[in-house]
Amino acid sequence: MNAHPVVTGLGVVAPNGLGLEEYWAATLEGRSAIGRITRFDPSDYPSRLAGEIGAFSAREHLPSRLLPQTDRMTQLALVSADWSLQDAGIDPGELPDYAAGVITAGHSGGFEFGQNELKALWSKGGRYVSAYQSFAWFYAVNSGQISIRHGLRGPSSVVISDQAGGLDALAQARRQVRKGTSLVVAGAVDASICSWGWVAQLASGRLATGDDVERAYLPFDSDARGHVPGEGGALLVVEDAEHARARGAGKVYGQLAGHAATMDPRPGSGRAPGIERAIEGALRDAGVSPAEVDVVFADAAAIPELDRAEAEAITKTFGPHAVPVTAPKTMTGRLYSGAAPLDVAAALLSIRDGVIPPTIGTSRADRYDIDLVVGTPRPAPVRTALVLARGHGGFNSALVVRAVGR
Amino acid sequence: MSPTDGRRVVITGVGVTAPGGIGAKNFWQLLTDGRTATRRISFFDPSPFRSQIAAEADFDPEASGLSPQEIRRMDRAAQFAVVTAREAVADSGLDFAGLDPHRVGVTIGSAVGATTGLDQEYRAVSDGGRLDLVDHAYAVPHLYNFLVPSSFTTEVAWAVGAEGPGTVVSTGCTSGLDAVGYATDLIRDGVADVVVAGASDAPISPITVACFDAIKATTPRNDDPEHASRPFDASRTGFVLGEGAAVFVLEELESARRRGAHIYAEVAGYATRSNAFHMTGLRPDGAEMAEAIRVALDEARIAPEGIDYINAHGSGTKQNDRHETAAFKRSLGDHAYRTPVSSIKSMVGHSLGAIGSIEVAASVLAMEHGVVPPTANLHNPDPECDLDYVPLTARDWRTDAVLSVGSGFGGFQSAVVLARPDRSSR
Amino acid sequence: MSATSLFTLDDLRRILLEAAGAEEGVDLSGDIIDTDFTALGYESLALLETGGRIEREYGIALDDSALTDAVTPRSLIEIVNAQLSAAPSA
Repeated sequence: MNAHPVVTGLGVVAPNGLGLEEYWAATLEGRSAIGRITRFDPSDYPSRLAGEIGAFSAREHLPSRLLPQTDRMTQLALVSADWSLQDAGIDPGELPDYAAGVITAGHSGGFEFGQNELKALWSKGGRYVSAYQSFAWFYAVNSGQISIRHGLRGPSSVVISDQAGGLDALAQARRQVRKGTSLVVAGAVDASICSWGWVAQLASGRLATGDDVERAYLPFDSDARGHVPGEGGALLVVEDAEHARARGAGKVYGQLAGHAATMDPRPGSGRAPGIERAIEGALRDAGVSPAEVDVVFADAAAIPELDRAEAEAITKTFGPHAVPVTAPKTMTGRLYSGAAPLDVAAALLSIRDGVIPPTIGTSRADRYDIDLVVGTPRPAPVRTALVLARGHGGFNSALVVRAVGR
Repeated sequence: MSPTDGRRVVITGVGVTAPGGIGAKNFWQLLTDGRTATRRISFFDPSPFRSQIAAEADFDPEASGLSPQEIRRMDRAAQFAVVTAREAVADSGLDFAGLDPHRVGVTIGSAVGATTGLDQEYRAVSDGGRLDLVDHAYAVPHLYNFLVPSSFTTEVAWAVGAEGPGTVVSTGCTSGLDAVGYATDLIRDGVADVVVAGASDAPISPITVACFDAIKATTPRNDDPEHASRPFDASRTGFVLGEGAAVFVLEELESARRRGAHIYAEVAGYATRSNAFHMTGLRPDGAEMAEAIRVALDEARIAPEGIDYINAHGSGTKQNDRHETAAFKRSLGDHAYRTPVSSIKSMVGHSLGAIGSIEVAASVLAMEHGVVPPTANLHNPDPECDLDYVPLTARDWRTDAVLSVGSGFGGFQSAVVLARPDRSSR
Repeated sequence: MSATSLFTLDDLRRILLEAAGAEEGVDLSGDIIDTDFTALGYESLALLETGGRIEREYGIALDDSALTDAVTPRSLIEIVNAQLSAAPSA
């Protein structure tokens, strides 16, 4: 049987922690970054809370040549990619030609950059539009800029399936590694907290309203009433296991052992949603039985019917209260395509440290038959974790990560 | 496991929505006539812009079978995708209602998503760019579908009844090739048996025209719109923006054979590489495109001499056409000089992410009909572009294997090899 | 037209920085007037953005060839100043 590709590097840019260990420490402490939006004045909008990355200064991390041509999303992604390669101990310049690629998920592109250029166009005229607009906002920009920065000439791609895309990007990286690419920088970073991005997100009807940071984003809670968006995500080094072994990789966080993606049926069809099939498919692909799964990182939509579908799918697969379920994204907000790669990073750190990070805010509601880890982290040996992600428009994606060896 | 050891993937349905020809049949007629669909932009007043030309599709959503609610909630590019997917499904003769929807996937490529819808909606919510804090009270209810273009895949999945894996592939101007490659892998890997795959873009909007003006990528040949797209010609001055979609039904070969499907071609090989050089620029040597071609041929187990026709990216920028010519010589050697190469962008313009799929459609139709489409407007080839670009008129030419390539902002270089599944070279 | 409205090396430095930042290891404040833009770390895209900003700020229109012909700051400054002195004063 083929060895599963492994994760050898993690680069995290999260609202509650810039950098892997900062994020993990904050997450285990239950420290939330959800607060009133500071990047624009949110007073006139019904939703005013977000998980912002406060302490990020792009010029501290990136050459000034890149700054005028990049949206904040791309700046965060570039830094995340730098950190993941450093964490993996990879010097891309030493890799053979075409040995490494970049596969990211997109969501809304460099929306703030786009807003500025649209404003220039409509308020002043076409000649005020930047030469960088032709790529700085578009969905492929992060993969392109990362590949250029590190000279990665192997297969690169960009997938978009709303929030499920973050897992689909990792799955595509896994596929490319299995087809012979040595390693892929994969994952996603999103950041669309600008007024134009906000108005477009409001149209989803899924944003929590009000100003109470403690009670805004409450997945699986009886008061669940929408989510709080955030910015950030994670990029991972997904590497061929033999390649990692041969170069003496310092860290092997775990394997990408199985994946499946499904779409929900058309509304009104009366057919079942696709999340349960995604779970089953990922377990089957990984060759893992439900009993072997030690934790589920939930999508945690915080929309009652979506919470119900997810909880029921978990209960059907694993049995009632049979597996710990958690949603550390309650501390960051939903990061769109960035969310699931960040959850995969958290799952791999759960494996490393033998601890499941908590879900915060949500009270231990007995509304669903799931064992939700709330409030404080739970020490537990973790060898196998299931990460779930769903996207607007009916996308479901599930990924199994496993400890390597022993 | 080499993918070719297992399941093989074929195209059994084709749909095309293109400038100058709605539907695959009209599209093919335009190409073989060597007619151009480029014209002065009519969707808005282009006079403030440097480049005032585009290849616009005369697309009527209602006449194309979309319901009033579908029209209301979809951007133009999503409309193209759905209409074109329906054409492909009908063309395939496959009874989708009889399929297990869990085994049917959807992969749609798009470079700029709902950019036309976003441009229009921004104008409204910002009151013509006056407001820094845009007004949500003026937003259309389905604005989120414009924000995230995976809505295109959702719409196609609903239209055809697919519940398997779904995604949008967005790799700039190679999206249309990469979506076909991605979908092919889904079937080869066994996670789907049928994938409705293709690409759609509708970028003819002020913001897109302005952004290409700013880098002088589009042609300013405004006094002669019909002859403005001039790939490989010494007088070329940039590309002409286009729009449209092409969608395919991809099926596993054996099941397609069992049901007696008409098989257009096998997706025999696919590869993508990055130049890791520049977001918009190309190195003249074409090394990465050549590598993508080499790997795609290898996957298809076809020697360079087995390629009978190359459907080029041929955008008509100075840099691209030389880069690509170099890539063909680098990957195919002397055979490059003996192989007809053409760019349909000379006729239908450059529809960004969609064009890769539209070019795959042209490639399989070339195999189907034994005719290769011409490169229109090619009167005086650039001396550095010295291959056989099939100038001006279509050519009767039997084709068993076609190479279709693309090159995109972000550095993406992709190649697809399409071939008759019963070819002897396997 | 007053002399102060002419385009100087300092004006170009400022616009280059805004448009495209500065390459690491390159001192834009140094003697750069005859250094090739490529040696300064600016490729075609950076120069297109720079050219666009000059056009907007100074109300001129540069020929398509101006930015490809001007390989050094001196040549670009000369082209801009030629345009400025030819333009009707506004």
